Amino acid sequence: MKKSTFIGTVAAATLAAGFAAAGTLDEVKAKGFLQCGVSTGLAGFSNADANGEWNGFDVAFCRAVAAAVLGDSTAVKFTPTTGKTRFTALASGEIDILARNTTWTFSRDVDLKFSFVGVNYYDGQGFMVPKALGVSSAKDLDTATVCIQTGTTTELNLADFFRSNNISYEPVPIETNAEAQAQYLAGACDVYTTDASGLAATRATFENPGDHIVLPEIISKEPLGPLVRHGDDQWADIARWTLNALITAEELGITSANIKDAAMSAGDNPEINRLLGTEGNLGEMLGLSADWAANAVAAGGNYGEIFERHIGEKTAIGIARGLNAQWTNGGLLYSPPFR
Amino acid sequence: MSVITDPPQQGFRISQLLYDTRYRSMTIQIIALIGFLVAFGWLINNTLANLAALGKPLGFGFLWEPAGYDINQRLIEYNSQMSNARAALVGVLNTLLVAVLGCIAATILGVLIGVLRLSKNWLVSRLMTVYIEGFRNVPVLLWILMAMAIFIEIFPQPRDFRGEDPVATMKIFETVAVTNRGVYLPGPIMNAGSGVVVAAFIASLVAIFFFGKWAKARQEQTGQILPTFWIKLGILIIPSMLIFFIMGKPIGMEVPAIKGFNFAGGIYMRNSLIALWLALSLYTAAFIAETVRSGIMAVSKGQTEAAAALGLRPARTMNLVVLPQALRVIIPPMISQYLNLTKNSSLAIAVGYMDVTGTLGGITLNQTGREMECLIILMAIYLTISLIISGVMNWYNERVKLQER
Amino acid sequence: MSNISYVRTEMLQEKAPPVTQTGIVKWVRENLFSSVSNSVLTLLALWLLYTLLSHVLPWVFQSSWSANSLTECRSAIAAAYGEGTHGACWAVIRERFFQLIYGFYPPELYWRPNLAFILMLVALAPVLFDKLPRKMLWFSAVYPFLCFWLLWGGSIWLPLSIVAGFVLGGFAFKLIGAQFGNLFATIGAFLVPILWWMFAASPVASGIHSAIPLGLEAVESAKFGGFLLSILIGITGIVLSLPIGILLALGRQSDLLIVKAICVGFIEFIRGVPLITLLFVASVLLNYFLPPGTNFDLILRVVIMVTLFASAYMAEVIRGGLAALPKGQYEGADSLGLDFWQSTRLIIMPQALKISIPSIVSTFIGLFKDTTLVSIIGLFDPIGLSTNIRADSAWNGIIWELYGFIAIVFFIFCFSMSRYSMYLENKLKTGH
Repeated sequence: MKKSTFIGTVAAATLAAGFAAAGTLDEVKAKGFLQCGVSTGLAGFSNADANGEWNGFDVAFCRAVAAAVLGDSTAVKFTPTTGKTRFTALASGEIDILARNTTWTFSRDVDLKFSFVGVNYYDGQGFMVPKALGVSSAKDLDTATVCIQTGTTTELNLADFFRSNNISYEPVPIETNAEAQAQYLAGACDVYTTDASGLAATRATFENPGDHIVLPEIISKEPLGPLVRHGDDQWADIARWTLNALITAEELGITSANIKDAAMSAGDNPEINRLLGTEGNLGEMLGLSADWAANAVAAGGNYGEIFERHIGEKTAIGIARGLNAQWTNGGLLYSPPFR
Repeated sequence: MSVITDPPQQGFRISQLLYDTRYRSMTIQIIALIGFLVAFGWLINNTLANLAALGKPLGFGFLWEPAGYDINQRLIEYNSQMSNARAALVGVLNTLLVAVLGCIAATILGVLIGVLRLSKNWLVSRLMTVYIEGFRNVPVLLWILMAMAIFIEIFPQPRDFRGEDPVATMKIFETVAVTNRGVYLPGPIMNAGSGVVVAAFIASLVAIFFFGKWAKARQEQTGQILPTFWIKLGILIIPSMLIFFIMGKPIGMEVPAIKGFNFAGGIYMRNSLIALWLALSLYTAAFIAETVRSGIMAVSKGQTEAAAALGLRPARTMNLVVLPQALRVIIPPMISQYLNLTKNSSLAIAVGYMDVTGTLGGITLNQTGREMECLIILMAIYLTISLIISGVMNWYNERVKLQER
Repeated sequence: MSNISYVRTEMLQEKAPPVTQTGIVKWVRENLFSSVSNSVLTLLALWLLYTLLSHVLPWVFQSSWSANSLTECRSAIAAAYGEGTHGACWAVIRERFFQLIYGFYPPELYWRPNLAFILMLVALAPVLFDKLPRKMLWFSAVYPFLCFWLLWGGSIWLPLSIVAGFVLGGFAFKLIGAQFGNLFATIGAFLVPILWWMFAASPVASGIHSAIPLGLEAVESAKFGGFLLSILIGITGIVLSLPIGILLALGRQSDLLIVKAICVGFIEFIRGVPLITLLFVASVLLNYFLPPGTNFDLILRVVIMVTLFASAYMAEVIRGGLAALPKGQYEGADSLGLDFWQSTRLIIMPQALKISIPSIVSTFIGLFKDTTLVSIIGLFDPIGLSTNIRADSAWNGIIWELYGFIAIVFFIFCFSMSRYSMYLENKLKTGH
């Protein structure tokens, strides 16, 4: 009887196995939900609440893609991934898209064979220190003990930065943000370094955020973006243009509040009309319905709304738009036109 | 005896492969081999096809590229410009360090606790039972995490040692600093002439070894017993001390002092190492204690009584009669405990101790994306370590085994 | 005759023994202060106990059960027990209790894992206690499928069609055996169900399902977590590893050189590497080994690797059981003219398994504890959940309450199992 169970389970598993040979879009439509890889828990970007509902900036992007493809922003299943498992999960087809504040680098794009579909957050690596330490620049950190989250680009940047400035330091690699935070707060390390957004998110959860400062040096460029597998251009296009749609929607002033009216019938602005599918056939070109972008924006609002809701200045995380403002406001967000 | 005539010879038939016991085992083996090879080939074929589809052909070239990351605890020279292979080697040495330290501590603790558990003292034996059951029945990962949390939460940070009226002070004559980053111990400074002292020390160790052999041979021949312990202690200390003073105290002691953000000087044991070491040895000690207890209890009481009847003193009874017999029962399970400890040291990754799982199986794997190659090497390394440990211990086991004549 | 006698004529009342020789004083003298070294040990132990308890007990009891966040909790404790008191925030356990037990399993469906757990005890009972009627073993045989269906839900026809495979196998064995003999029957009994599972089971199941839809609401694996996940991985691992372990142990004992080499190689390989590397394989490599496009979910992959891991250990345990059997049992079986499989099935294995049960239980305890390692590869077992809870800004910085709770639950499970295995060992000992 015991052996039978084993074979039975394997058989059942094989039955459940999908076949990735078909295009990702068809596959997602066939199974009726999007499988999205997120981080195991980073306040503001993705974390599960007491009911197991996922929330956050990265999560919102997945929901927008699900809304664009399936018309239902709740048709997403989230797979929590660690720094180690994220790329294999995507490469093996376990997830359809990875939105886990992942830095777009040459080797990840070219060597690991992924397509980054854009940048949803411009970030850079920074340092946080307790005010009591009396440090005002990262160059003063000689002999300091530095907590780093392992499995990210930060530990390479850190090694480069300290080596080029000829500063000695003691790295303490840590698996999770929660653990890093505990060590930093207890003074087991002098400095905590990670992406500036992560620092802000972490600092926000402290009892006395005012006791800690983020040093002015930003030692790297960290364009964070969602990514998909190489080799399925249609799927990459869908992800890319969903992101662009969210950005363009903000630029054109379409919000979750007014999208219903705007999508009802064609208006005066031809780009809005093309975006929302009341004019032209952009949706059809992507293999989606005409109102795909309208659905994506309706799911969680435009880029600006998502930003403000999860990580903006009104939230506990309190990140200013900065580089992530629209290009019209001096930021770097610049979506190609919908034409 | 009657002669059995050979059965009439028949030609070989195919069915003999199945029904003739002479050939059947051969058939089964060949089928098994073919089945195994097919299954294995299928797996490898799939793997290669999958890797090719991803555009990541199997290759070990990445090992010689710069690793790009720093490692805090390194027993050999290493910096971020050195290769991934070097980083892996640093990790292997760290694994071995914690495994060896852990095995030693676990053995000492385990024997102590095992013996104390048999103590007549009610309170002590109950406490030891509680210890053993408590540690054995909670996952080791949890112990490691808790040991680390104790370190981080309870001990003072180096900053607290600074200033006119520091919050924390150094222990044991101001030489040892216990911080939440680890323990700073005084370390030796080798000045000119220290080599002679070290050489003398090693020479006296060798002398002790030969003296022990000589004393044993003498005892077997003449039956006279020398106070070997005191003589050995004398050989160990006196010549080295003499030369130490003759050479003008060439070996000094360096006391750690706060410098910059951290203590500098002396020996620094990181909290990740100590937490891992502590948790692994406490956990394994609970298992070893049980082994030791059952080993001692397995020696029948008649042995002790017979030894007493021969006039052996209790200490000699323990050393010459009980322990050698108990060891035979204790050693085989002890080997598997050592193996378990070594394998459990891979949980270092949970506290950021940079063992081989942390360097090769962690950062290198993450940064290069070569999961297949990294994990193959990682497993090969652990397999080698395990096989060496069990080989050595089995050899030792053979030596202490009862010689059946 | 004088009445004076030189000896007593009546007995005196027995005197009470000296105070040092009775009751508590004697006990204390004999058990705690019998010698100098013993007294030192006792005092040391008392001091140790006092330091430990004086720190831990106030923390445990000067606590808060009602707060909704760590800050709230700390201020509540400060208000109740005075400023500067360190107390436990058990409130986090109250708030996340069900999450720690069930993970993200839908709350309205909690009855399903509960029922599965109770039925598991029922299914285990005839295996563990041999006084119960043997008929109950039939339920144990069906239980894995029932459990699978209860936990994951979905159509009932899928597990049923898999069970059908075994029924078919049984039929094949009988039919072919009657016609062509034992050997072909065995081959048939293996082949028929495999063919059925590979080609017919799924279409038949979905066919029947579309005709008679009968099933439970499906729950995806990603929602499994907490102790539910630990128990699930542990139990499945140990149950599935049993048959593989038996085969490996037999292979290792066999005279067939190649079979033996394969089995020894497998066992030593698995036992030589840490579980965490096998879990890495499950999380990042297993998909590479399968035909392109196949995809298991992570929990299933972990179960597969844990099963392989456990089966190597199980093989050694069963080998120990086989070695402990007196040689006469093998020779007796041979003298009855039983062939290898018959003697193994009817004589050797039942006895060897019976002797091995205590070791199997301790292997299970080890495996159950080791399921915590899945937190390292991102599954939400209790330790993984504790990290997730600490990522919540309300409970940021909470450590001891979560670790303490998890440790206590693990202790209760493992300790009771180890007591059971000791009871069993003692029971088996009396037989000899």
